[in-house]
Amino acid sequence: MKHRTGSMLLSYLLLIIITTLFIAPLMMMLLGSFKADHRVLLESGSVAALLPHDLSLQNYSDVFRRSDFMRFFFNSLFITSCIVICGLLVNSLAAYAFARLQWRGRDLLFNLVLALMILPFEAIAVPLFYGASMFGLRDTYSVQILPFIANAFSIYLFYSFFIGMPKELEEAARIDGASTLRIFFSIITPNAKPVFATVAILTFLTWWGSYLWPTMVTIGPAVRPLPLAIASFYTLPPLQWGDILAFGVMMVSPVLLVFVIFQRWFVAGVASSAIKG
Amino acid sequence: MASIEFSKVSKRYGDAIDVIHELNLRVEDGGLMVLVGPSGCGKSTLLRMTAGLEEVTSGEIMIDDSLVNHIPPQQRNLAMVFQNYALYPHMTVRGNLEFPLRMQKAAASEIEARVQRIAEMLDLTPLLQRKPMALSGGQRQRVAMGRAIIREADIFLMDEPLSNLDARLRVEIRSEIARLQHELAITTLYVTHDQAEAMTLGQRVAVIDKGRLQQVGSPQEIYENPANAFVARFIGSPGMNLIETSLHRDSTETLLQLGPTRRPLPPRALANHPGLASRGDQKLLVGIRPHAIHLSATDDKQKLAARVCSVEAMGHETIVHLDTQLVMHGNHPPGLDKAGSNQTQLLAQLTGHHNFRTGEQLYIQIELDDLSFFDPDGEAIH
Repeated sequence: MKHRTGSMLLSYLLLIIITTLFIAPLMMMLLGSFKADHRVLLESGSVAALLPHDLSLQNYSDVFRRSDFMRFFFNSLFITSCIVICGLLVNSLAAYAFARLQWRGRDLLFNLVLALMILPFEAIAVPLFYGASMFGLRDTYSVQILPFIANAFSIYLFYSFFIGMPKELEEAARIDGASTLRIFFSIITPNAKPVFATVAILTFLTWWGSYLWPTMVTIGPAVRPLPLAIASFYTLPPLQWGDILAFGVMMVSPVLLVFVIFQRWFVAGVASSAIKG
Repeated sequence: MASIEFSKVSKRYGDAIDVIHELNLRVEDGGLMVLVGPSGCGKSTLLRMTAGLEEVTSGEIMIDDSLVNHIPPQQRNLAMVFQNYALYPHMTVRGNLEFPLRMQKAAASEIEARVQRIAEMLDLTPLLQRKPMALSGGQRQRVAMGRAIIREADIFLMDEPLSNLDARLRVEIRSEIARLQHELAITTLYVTHDQAEAMTLGQRVAVIDKGRLQQVGSPQEIYENPANAFVARFIGSPGMNLIETSLHRDSTETLLQLGPTRRPLPPRALANHPGLASRGDQKLLVGIRPHAIHLSATDDKQKLAARVCSVEAMGHETIVHLDTQLVMHGNHPPGLDKAGSNQTQLLAQLTGHHNFRTGEQLYIQIELDDLSFFDPDGEAIH
């Protein structure tokens, strides 16, 4: 009994340490965003950074004054939402075709798609940039959306979920008179919410923080996303840490919100899809 | 309503051996045909080919005398009940029942009327708003039946629909299915591996093994006159005892070697199997139903000694496993299921409860009137 209590205490202690390690930077960012600039730097190396005192909304108003935050926020939201929504549709349909339909060259193509997963984006960034320039797409929303709708990893996640669904459901629907598309939308999709949530969250996280590609293809602030805007706070003097933290808080909040909303399905999705290991 | 006809139907995956081999079978309009056989014999494949869920490698499947080999499932006007029911988990019972009608673009009033009728017929009215997850096995089974019936299809296909239910519910729903099929008079193809289910349900039973049709007939025909050793072993609970033995003739009688003794065959057995007359002193297999074996503790010349190996007390009957001097048929003929071939003990089925002890010495008497005879290859001798 004593032994069990001891090991429980130890595991709680470990959990608390790990949680603190994860939470501390977020808390420092949140509290720092409400503190005056000089305090942020002053307290950065001490526990004081985690103590709330002399809080004000000055940094937030500075962010709105110094940049067109709402514009950048809209850009990020629009680009990421388009990639997520179109990606869910395109990748799930592609995965269903790979998982369930019979067609010539299916397995070869699927293996090629899987092989794409090992290619880092940096490897294709330059050819993609040339392509975008050739089509005159630079400095547009399209160039930040179109290349990222189809995604090998998303297809793989959908595929591994669909392949595990009982075939009889589809066969029953087919006998009941449903077409392939009808089966997909009426039978498969409603029963695949966990994988849709997983892919939505992972895609959102990936593209909300996207930096390299927008840097390459955008010029003016009209279509630039948040990561480029926050970067300009580092490059344009004066360097205001409070403003950067306030910007960071506003940039991270949607990600946390999306995660909290879809968390239940996300966990189910991770548990039931191939990324469980 | 429609008839189904299989003519020389084969199914092969890749270069492997045939899962179904040149099978011929006809299900009459409004009839109930039970396909029965051990696991992996190809019966479900045959059902899925009928549904259009599997391609036919060669041969023809005709529904109402029209070739359907290349007709997609949704155009065959059939309904199927799956082994795991395949209810749509995200829809309520009502949604499940409505789905086939919505796919047919039926009018809302028509859908409502049919759902009400089916729900009443199958006692589903209080469950209409529930999802499949919130139903018991028996209720799910009824919903699956309802979803099949509601379409008013020409043909019912049932793929082991009772195998996920407990024994009591199985008996209950089995009679329910028989009643519905009789009332609706829909041509039905029913797959099961359970021979008892096949015998109680089927107007006609088709026994399949290793993709080949072994015998078709009424349950009684199949039970009384099995076409071969496989059918004899597979049908009946427990199946027939098969003994390797030989016939001998003297001037007046035909004698059957049973262990150390030779017993004259009664005239009735010879009359029922005229084929025996043309066979000389040859080896053959003799089939004895377990209920045709009687046990007693006292010896006489007519009886064979046996030792009790184990006893299965079922309450209304007792099944006794016996070691005897008889040579049980072990080297099974082609087509005989492995599970049925390992019998090394003689089984006796006795009415009522009997207190036999393991190792006890008993004497067996065999009714010689109702024996079955098979040649060494397992084909019946008529």
